[in-house]
Amino acid sequence: MIGASLFVSAVLFAIGVGGVLVRRNAIMLFMCVELMLNAVNLSFVALSRLHGVTGQVVVIFVMTVAAAEAAVGLAIIISAFRHFKSADLADIRLLGG
Amino acid sequence: MHPLTGTAADLVWLLPLLPFLGFVANGWLSLRGAVRARVTAHPTRLETEGSRHPQFTLVNVIGVGSVVAAFGVAIAVFAALAGAPDAAGPYVQTYGSWLPSGDLRVDWAFQVDRLSMVMALIVTGVGALIHVFSVGYMADDPGYPRYFSYLNLFVFFMLTLVLGASYAVIFVGWEGVGLASYLLIGFWFSETRNADAGKKAFIVNRVGDFGFLIAMFLLWANLGTLDFREVAQRVPELAAGGGLVTAICLFLFLGAAGKSAQMPLYIWLPDAMAGPTPVSALIHAATMVTGGVYLVARSADLFAIAPVASLTVVVVGAVTAIFAAVIGLKQWDIKKVLAYSTVSQLGMMFVAVGSGAYVAGLFHLVTHAFFKALLFLGAGAVIHALHHGYHAVHDETSDAQDLRLMGGLRRRMPVTFALMWIATLAIAGVPPLAGFFSKDEILASVFRQAGGSALAQATWLGIPGSVVLGTAYAILLVTALLTAVYMTRLMRYAFHGPSRVPGDAAAHVAESPWVMRGPLVVLGALTVAGGWLNLPALLPLGPVGTLEHWLAPVTGRGAAVLAAGAPALGHGTEQALVGVAVAVALAGIAIAWVVCRPDAVPAPDAPAPTSGFGWLLSNKFFVDEAIEALIVAPLVKVSRLVLWRGIDLGVLDALFVRGPGALTRGIGWAGTRLQSGLVGTYVWVIAIAVLAVLGLMLLMK
Repeated sequence: MIGASLFVSAVLFAIGVGGVLVRRNAIMLFMCVELMLNAVNLSFVALSRLHGVTGQVVVIFVMTVAAAEAAVGLAIIISAFRHFKSADLADIRLLGG
Repeated sequence: MHPLTGTAADLVWLLPLLPFLGFVANGWLSLRGAVRARVTAHPTRLETEGSRHPQFTLVNVIGVGSVVAAFGVAIAVFAALAGAPDAAGPYVQTYGSWLPSGDLRVDWAFQVDRLSMVMALIVTGVGALIHVFSVGYMADDPGYPRYFSYLNLFVFFMLTLVLGASYAVIFVGWEGVGLASYLLIGFWFSETRNADAGKKAFIVNRVGDFGFLIAMFLLWANLGTLDFREVAQRVPELAAGGGLVTAICLFLFLGAAGKSAQMPLYIWLPDAMAGPTPVSALIHAATMVTGGVYLVARSADLFAIAPVASLTVVVVGAVTAIFAAVIGLKQWDIKKVLAYSTVSQLGMMFVAVGSGAYVAGLFHLVTHAFFKALLFLGAGAVIHALHHGYHAVHDETSDAQDLRLMGGLRRRMPVTFALMWIATLAIAGVPPLAGFFSKDEILASVFRQAGGSALAQATWLGIPGSVVLGTAYAILLVTALLTAVYMTRLMRYAFHGPSRVPGDAAAHVAESPWVMRGPLVVLGALTVAGGWLNLPALLPLGPVGTLEHWLAPVTGRGAAVLAAGAPALGHGTEQALVGVAVAVALAGIAIAWVVCRPDAVPAPDAPAPTSGFGWLLSNKFFVDEAIEALIVAPLVKVSRLVLWRGIDLGVLDALFVRGPGALTRGIGWAGTRLQSGLVGTYVWVIAIAVLAVLGLMLLMK
C-alpha cells in the first residue's frame, strides 16, 4: 500500500519537475510547482503510517504555506503580465547580465 | 680654548641669519601682495613702468638692510680674526647635530677661518652694493618684494656655503645657491625662454652635484669624516698620488666645474643671463660661480697629493679660458659677452688653483668680483637707460641689450662710461688696476710651476706636467689677449662712435639715478685699489703679499707640496713676465680699437656668416647642439622608447596594472553570462545540480 502511494507521489513529482523544466508560461510553471508540493504531501501522509502523526502535521503546514505562496505568486504574475503584456518567462528577463 | 672665544667671532651665526630673516619678511610681503591683488596673470614690466610697489620703502629696508647689516657683522668677525695670532687655526662653532647616524656624525657648524671670512666679506660686501643697485634697477618691477626675498635667500645660502665647517654643510649652501640661482634666472617666468634658462642651469648643475656627492661618499667611506679640520688631519692616511685621492679630487672638481661653469658644463651660464642684470652681477659673476674655485682651494690639502687631479683642473681651466674667450669675440648681446668673459676668467682661476697657486686663484677671484660686478652693473645701467629710452618713445621691439643698437652712449652716460673703461682696463690687465696684479700673479705662478716643481714632474695621461703647465701658460697669454680684444670691442661698440639707437630713443637715454651710480663708483674704487691686497715683491708699492700671508694657514701646506722644487724666478725673468703680460693686454686693446670700427657694425638683421670660422663662432662652436645631439637626444630617446614604452608601458603597466584589470574583467564577463535572466535556464541549472548532488550521495554510500 505504502509502495503504491510512494510510487504515485514520485510520478506526480516527476511530472511537476518535467513541467517546470519544459513549460515557459508562468501560470503553468506555477501549477507544476503546486503539483510538486502535493506530491511531497502525498508521500508525507503515506509515510506517517510508519513514523507517526508528524508527517500529517507537516502536510497542514505545507498546505498553509502553499496557499500563501499561491496568493503572492499569482499577484506577481498578474503584475508582470500587466507590465510585459505576456506571461511567457522568456520575455521576462530584466535581470539578465 | 680658542683665542677667538668671547670675541665678535661668536656672532658668526648672525651672518646667514640676517639675510634669511630678510628672505622670510620679504617673501611674506610678496605672498600677501599676491593674495590681496588676486593676481591671476603676472603684470609685465611695461604695464607697471614708473609705478612703484606699495611697500617700496619697507622692502628696501628689509632687503638691503639685512645684507648691509650682515656686511657689518662680517667686518666685526674679520677684525676679531685679524687680531688673533697666525697659528690660531680655524674657529669652529657647532650649533647642533644634523646627522647623528651610527658612525656618521655631521654637525651644523660654521668655521671662521681666514679663507671663509675673505669669502664672507666679498659675498656680503659686493652683495650689499648689488642690493643697493637693484633698488634703482628693479624699482618699476611688479615682483619687487619677490626679487629681494630671492636675493636675500641667495646671500643666506652663499654664506652657508662659504662658512660651512664640513663638506656636508657646504653642500647645503651649494644646493641652496643653485635653487636661488634657478629662481632668479627665471625671475621673469612669464616668458618661456627665461623659465627654460633657469631649468637648464639647474639640470646642468645637477651633473656637477652628482660628482660632489660621490666625492663626499668616498671621503666618508675612507676617512670616516666630512669635517674640514679632520680631513686635513687625516689626509696623510691616503696614499699620495693614489687612485683613491685622485678619484675624490676629480669628483670634487666635477662638482666645482658644474657650479663654476667649466667645460663642458659651462653651457648654462650664458643662458643664465635671462635673469635681471644685478642677478647676473651677483650670482653669475661675483659670488656663486666662484664657489667651485673656493671648493678646490678649500680642499687644497687633498689636491696637493693628487697631482693628476690638479693637472686635470689646469687642463680644463685652460681649455675653458680660451674657448669661452673666443666665443666672446663674436657675441652681440652685451650680457652674453660678459657671461663668456666670466666663464673665461673662471677658467683662469682654475688654472691657478690647479697649479697649486691657490692664493693667486683666490686673489683673482676677489679682484674679478670687483671688476666683473662693475662691468655687469655698468651694463645693467646701460640696459636700464636704453629700456627707459625705448619706453619713452613707445618702442617695444628694439633689444636694449644688443650692441649693434648702441653706440655713442659716452656722451649720454659719462660716469658709467668712465667706470666701465676702468673695469675694462682692469680685466684686460693694465697696470695698476686690480686685474693686472691678479692676472699677472696667475701667469707668473703657472710659469714658475712649469719650471720644475713637484707638479711639473707628474704626468697627465702620459704628458709631462711641465708641458701641461707650459702650454697652460701660453694659452692663458692668448686668453689675456682675447680678453682685452673682446672687452675693448664691447666698449667701442657700446659707448663710442655715432649712436645707432633706433628712432628718437637716444634722446631719452640718460645717466642712471644715484642709487645705481653709487655702487658703481664704490666698485670702481675697489677695482682701482684691489691690487694692493696682494702686491708682488717686484712692485713694492705698499705692503707686499698681504693676501698670501693672510691665507698661508689655509692653503699654504697644499701650495708648498705642489710647488716643491720649483726654482725661484730671477728678477729679470719676473720683469720680463710682467712686460709680456702688459704688452699682450695693450696689444689686445690696440687690435680691437683698430678692428672694431663702430661705423662698420652690421645691422641686427644682417644674415650670420654661413661658412668658415665666423660661422663656427656665431654658433658658439655648436656645443649646445652637440650636447643636444650626443647626450640629450639619446637620453630622451632611450627614456621614451626603452624606459617609457618598453619598461613602463610594456612591463610594469602590462603586468601589474592592465593585467589584473583584464583578469577581473574576464571573470566578471563570465559571471554576466551566467546571469541570463531566463528563469528556465536557472531551473535547469538547479535541477541538474540537485541531480548531481543526489547522484554523488548515492555513490558515496
